[in-house]
Amino acid sequence: MSAPPPSPTPARRGWPLLGIGVIAAALAAAFAWTAGWLGGATRLTAPAMTDAIEANGPPHPGFRRAHAKGVCVTGVFRSSGQAAALSSARVFRQAETPVLGRLSIGGGDPHGADAQARVRSMALLLRTDDGQQWRMAMNSFPFFVVATPEGFHAQTLASRPDPATGKPDPARMAAFLERHPEARRFQSWARSAPWSDSWGNTQYNGINTFNLVAEDGRERAVRWSMRPHLPFAPLSPRQREQADADFLAGDLARRLAQGPLRWDLVLTLAAPGDPVDDPSQPWPASRPRVVAGTLSLTAAQPQASGACRDINYDPLILPTGIRGSDDPILAARSAVYSQSFNRREREISRGQAPDATADGGVR
Amino acid sequence: MNRSPFSFDSIARLLHWLMALMILAMLFIGVAMVASVSQRPWLIALHRPLGAAILVLAIWRLVHRLRHRPPPLPADLPRWQAAAALASHWLLYALMLAMPLIGWAMLSAGNYPIVLFGGVQLPPLLAPDPAVYAWLRDAHGWGARLLFATVLLHLSAALYHAWVRRDGVFASMAGSRARAPVDRGRDA
Repeated sequence: MSAPPPSPTPARRGWPLLGIGVIAAALAAAFAWTAGWLGGATRLTAPAMTDAIEANGPPHPGFRRAHAKGVCVTGVFRSSGQAAALSSARVFRQAETPVLGRLSIGGGDPHGADAQARVRSMALLLRTDDGQQWRMAMNSFPFFVVATPEGFHAQTLASRPDPATGKPDPARMAAFLERHPEARRFQSWARSAPWSDSWGNTQYNGINTFNLVAEDGRERAVRWSMRPHLPFAPLSPRQREQADADFLAGDLARRLAQGPLRWDLVLTLAAPGDPVDDPSQPWPASRPRVVAGTLSLTAAQPQASGACRDINYDPLILPTGIRGSDDPILAARSAVYSQSFNRREREISRGQAPDATADGGVR
Repeated sequence: MNRSPFSFDSIARLLHWLMALMILAMLFIGVAMVASVSQRPWLIALHRPLGAAILVLAIWRLVHRLRHRPPPLPADLPRWQAAAALASHWLLYALMLAMPLIGWAMLSAGNYPIVLFGGVQLPPLLAPDPAVYAWLRDAHGWGARLLFATVLLHLSAALYHAWVRRDGVFASMAGSRARAPVDRGRDA
């Protein structure tokens, strides 16, 4: 063993120390960039998208940032067996799967008037006996407003109420439509499609494309819908004027008192060339359909005390046998729902959300 | 077997370098999946099984560490540096064990299924509870920042030993042969 040579001189230590500093700083900068803390303004991040949604209205602590108003529902899904050849998912084989769901209206106001909300929604959590979960978040519109998360973000910014008028700036909305012409199709639907007068007679569409994986590994691109057994009944413009702010929840309670509300889960199979990555484009009506089973809702609970409150209905929580597609809106929904969930659960846990909870705080 | 009083044994080295790679990847995956609007699905699908693997390796590594004395630090190392080395190593052990457990408990409290891959799931550690979820979610995020800072400190100190002190400490984990801690720089 040799004796230790003298320590390096300060000059010889300078370069290595600089090198160490550069390596550490570069790693720290890469980490901060990946996290969106550096350069976050130059690209769209999930927190920024959620911030923009929040900024379009007053804060409502403890509530979902979108589709804030709703009720919890429970029931059961009965498989028809017909989808078992398409997907290995247990839910298509098990006779009955318990369901914890939520019916809601679009918008960020948890006290908004039901009759003013253009969009109705259904979220479901199905838990099969193998412990796997299938979460869905469906809407009454037949296709999404835009093709990309960037488009959705642009729409959020364009529809921000002008502080002077309380309404969105028409010039900004026009500029948005110029850049995202696919949104005109949605606007046309919103203007012309009749409004339903109940959650129970509304069709809810999964909008995004998913892939069913069969037991032999074969994959099929599908979209799904919940088709109501009740016939559609429109809400007349006069009824819309006069309806109680919470008429949907009242209607739901009355209907459930008489018996379960039912929907068929309809899987629509894509043909080659169908736009599977663009939820703003509907598929032709001629595509083959498979009724995978029937949803039967039997009871409702207020969301402040119901079990659906602390559920994130992330549409990418899927069982084996169902996979998400490359639809960019699907990934963005998952990312933003997670932000919304974390924020509201934090508010609930800190006792900042008396309005959103039954007892002013934690259950 | 590669074993000398001045160097880590081969199992310790294997675990160190494998976990170094996994933990650094895990930290980047974690912050990326929270921020990204497009890459979250595959990142989170990787995050959970990678976290479970890190937990298993961390337990193995802790047991190994308690059973095998690491090589001594050079006798001429300033006492504050020796104390900092000891404290940061135990902080790293604590975080590499705690972070996967916090993540697992957090998903349980948040009502999430804890999917590893395919149909393989972990059972929940806790009952669903929004207050517990929110607390654990914050702990997971701040724990990640602390772990990243500690990893950077550890890396900087390792390079300080390799390039400035040249005292064999770096070689005891990275060198190709076991050497005395004062035998400087011939093949480092």
